[in-house]
Amino acid sequence: MKLSVGPLLYHWSRPQVFAFYRELASQPVDCVYLGEVVCSKRRELGRAEWAAIARELTAAGKEVIVSTLALMEAESELAALARIVADAVTIEANDMAAVQLAGGRPFVIGPHLNVYNGKTLRLLAALGARRWVAPLELDPAAVGALLAERPEGLESEVFAYGRMPLAFSARCFSARVRRRNKDDCGFVCGEDHDGLTLYTREREPLFALNGIQVQSAQVRNLIGVVDALRHSGVEIVRLSPHSPAAVPFTAVIEAFAAAIGGEGGAQCPPSALPGGYCSGLLRAERGSGSA
Amino acid sequence: MPEQPRVELVCPAGTLPALHAAVDNGADAVYLGLRDGLNARNFPGLNFSLADARRGIEYAHERHARVFVALNVYPQPNRWPAATAAVDAAAGAGADAVILADPGLLAYAAERHPGLNRHLSVQASASNWRALEFYQQRFGVRRAVLPRVLSLAQVRRVIERVSMEIEVFGFGSLCIMVEGRCALSAHVTGESPNTHGVCSPAHAVRWQERPTGRQARLSGVLIDEFAPHEPAGYPTLCKGRFEALGALMHALEEPASLSVLELLPQLLAAGVSAIKVEGRQRSPAYVAQVTRALRVALDSCRRDPGNYRPPAACGAALERLAEGRTHTLGAYNRPWQ
Repeated sequence: MKLSVGPLLYHWSRPQVFAFYRELASQPVDCVYLGEVVCSKRRELGRAEWAAIARELTAAGKEVIVSTLALMEAESELAALARIVADAVTIEANDMAAVQLAGGRPFVIGPHLNVYNGKTLRLLAALGARRWVAPLELDPAAVGALLAERPEGLESEVFAYGRMPLAFSARCFSARVRRRNKDDCGFVCGEDHDGLTLYTREREPLFALNGIQVQSAQVRNLIGVVDALRHSGVEIVRLSPHSPAAVPFTAVIEAFAAAIGGEGGAQCPPSALPGGYCSGLLRAERGSGSA
Repeated sequence: MPEQPRVELVCPAGTLPALHAAVDNGADAVYLGLRDGLNARNFPGLNFSLADARRGIEYAHERHARVFVALNVYPQPNRWPAATAAVDAAAGAGADAVILADPGLLAYAAERHPGLNRHLSVQASASNWRALEFYQQRFGVRRAVLPRVLSLAQVRRVIERVSMEIEVFGFGSLCIMVEGRCALSAHVTGESPNTHGVCSPAHAVRWQERPTGRQARLSGVLIDEFAPHEPAGYPTLCKGRFEALGALMHALEEPASLSVLELLPQLLAAGVSAIKVEGRQRSPAYVAQVTRALRVALDSCRRDPGNYRPPAACGAALERLAEGRTHTLGAYNRPWQ
C-alpha cells in the first residue's frame, strides 16, 4: 500500500507553500499531487516555481501528479488546463474537460469526476486512466463494490485524511461571509488556512468554507480502517494537507505510514479544528437513529 | 425582423395530471422520471409507473409535444441492472429522449439504443465546452442542459463553441452549488442527488416547536429556526442559517428562485435550443400556471424580441409561486467570473 499527499486545497502564502513542500520532500510519502483544484484566481506561485517544487519532489523519489481545477467555466481556465496537460507528465483530471484534453495519455481520475460504476471505470480506463480516486460520498464499502468491477491495471486511491471537499459553487463563500464580491475578493480565503468553520445555531461545527468549495467541518480520518481498505483492494491512501495550526502534518504522515506498515493501533495526533475527527460522512458516523 | 427560431419550452411532470397540465398549457416537451429511484426527483408519491409513462407519452404525442425521460442519478453496481433496464423501458415506451448524467449509462444507451436521443443532464455538471465536446464525441449526446452556475456571457460562449443543442434553466428552484458536484446532503443525511436522486430528503426532516420558534432539523442537525411570524422554508441544507465569523446568516444561499423572464431576448439571441422549468415535485396547478406564463413570454419574445418586455401579468403569476417570494437571475447576470 502507498501513501499520497493530495493537492493543497487552501490558499496559503508563498512561504507557507514552500515550507510545506520542502518538509514533505523528506517524508515517507510515495506520491504528491500539486496544482490548484479550487479557484483559478489563486496564483501565489508561478508556473516555474511549481515546476521547481515538482523537480525537488521527483528528485526525492516521489511520484508527482498535477491536479486540475474542479469547476471549469472560463475560457482562461481551459487555456490554463491546456498548458498543464502539455507540461505535466501525469494529471489528475477533476473535470471531463481534462479527460478530453489529456486524450489517450495516462491520467488519474480525480475525486471530483463522477465515477460510480464499473462501466464508467472501464470506459475511462480505455481512455488512459490508470488510477481512480473515489468520490468523497462513496463509503469504503461502496468503493469495495466498485473495485470488484474494475479493469485490470487500474489503481485505486481513497481520501483518508482531511476536511472533506463536499461541494463547489460559482459563488465564493469565503468572500460572501465577509460581505465582499467575488471579483473584489481580496483573496480573503487566505485568512483561513484550513477553511472557515460554519456552525449551526446550536454551535455545532457543520461545514467549512474554502473559496468556492464547501467542506466538512470534521476531518475524515480513516487510519482505523486502513487494513479494511487494503482488503477491499485500495492501493493508495490520500492525506489532504492541513496547516500546523490544525495538526502537525508530518505526525499524520508518520502515523499513516505506520498503519500501512502493519502497525496496529497507530494513531494520528488530535486535530485542533472545530469538529474533530470523523470516519466518513456525518450520517454514517451517527447511525440511522439520529433522524 | 425575422422571427427567432422556435425555442422549446421543456416543462416538468411528476405525475400524469402534471403532464396533462404541461401539455395543455403549451409545453413543447415534458420531462418525467420513472418510479425506480433512478432520477433526481426521487420523492415519495412522485414519478411514473411504466404504464402511466406510456399513457403520458401517447397523450403528449397526440398533441405534438415530446417526452423526455430523466434517468439522472449515478447508479452504483447494485443498481446497475435496474438502471439499464430503465433505459430499455424508456426506449420501449417511445420516449423522445433520455436525460442521462452517468458516463457508463450514456455509453450503454448509445450502444443499445442508438436511435434514442441522448440528452446530457445538468447533473453531469458539464460547465464548459471542452467537457461538452467529450460527451458529444464519446456518446453522441444531442443536447446538454447547462449547470445553473454559468453567466449569460459564458452560456453564449459555450453555444458558439459546440454544435450540440443547449438547454438552460429558466424558472424554478435554484441550486447554488454545481449540480452533480454537491455532496452536502450525503454528508448530513446519507443521501444525495448523485447517489439517491434526492437532496435534504423529507424523511430526514423533523420540525420542533420551541418557545423561541420553530426548529427545522435534518437528520438531527439544526438547519434553521424560525420566529413565530417568520415564514418557515423547507430545510434544504444550503438554504439554512449558519454562524460564520460570529454572525448568523444565510452563509451559502438566500432562499430565492430563478426566473429568466427578463433575460429571454438575450438567451434566445445567444441561440439556446430550449428553456427548462424546474419542478417535477410541484403540483399540476403550479405546472399549469408556470407553463402558461412562460409560453406567453416566449411567444411574445420570439415575435418581437426588440420590443419584448416581461409580460406584467406573467411576472406577477410567477412571483406568487417563487420560493422565498424573491426572484433572481441566478448566475446568468453575475458581473464576476
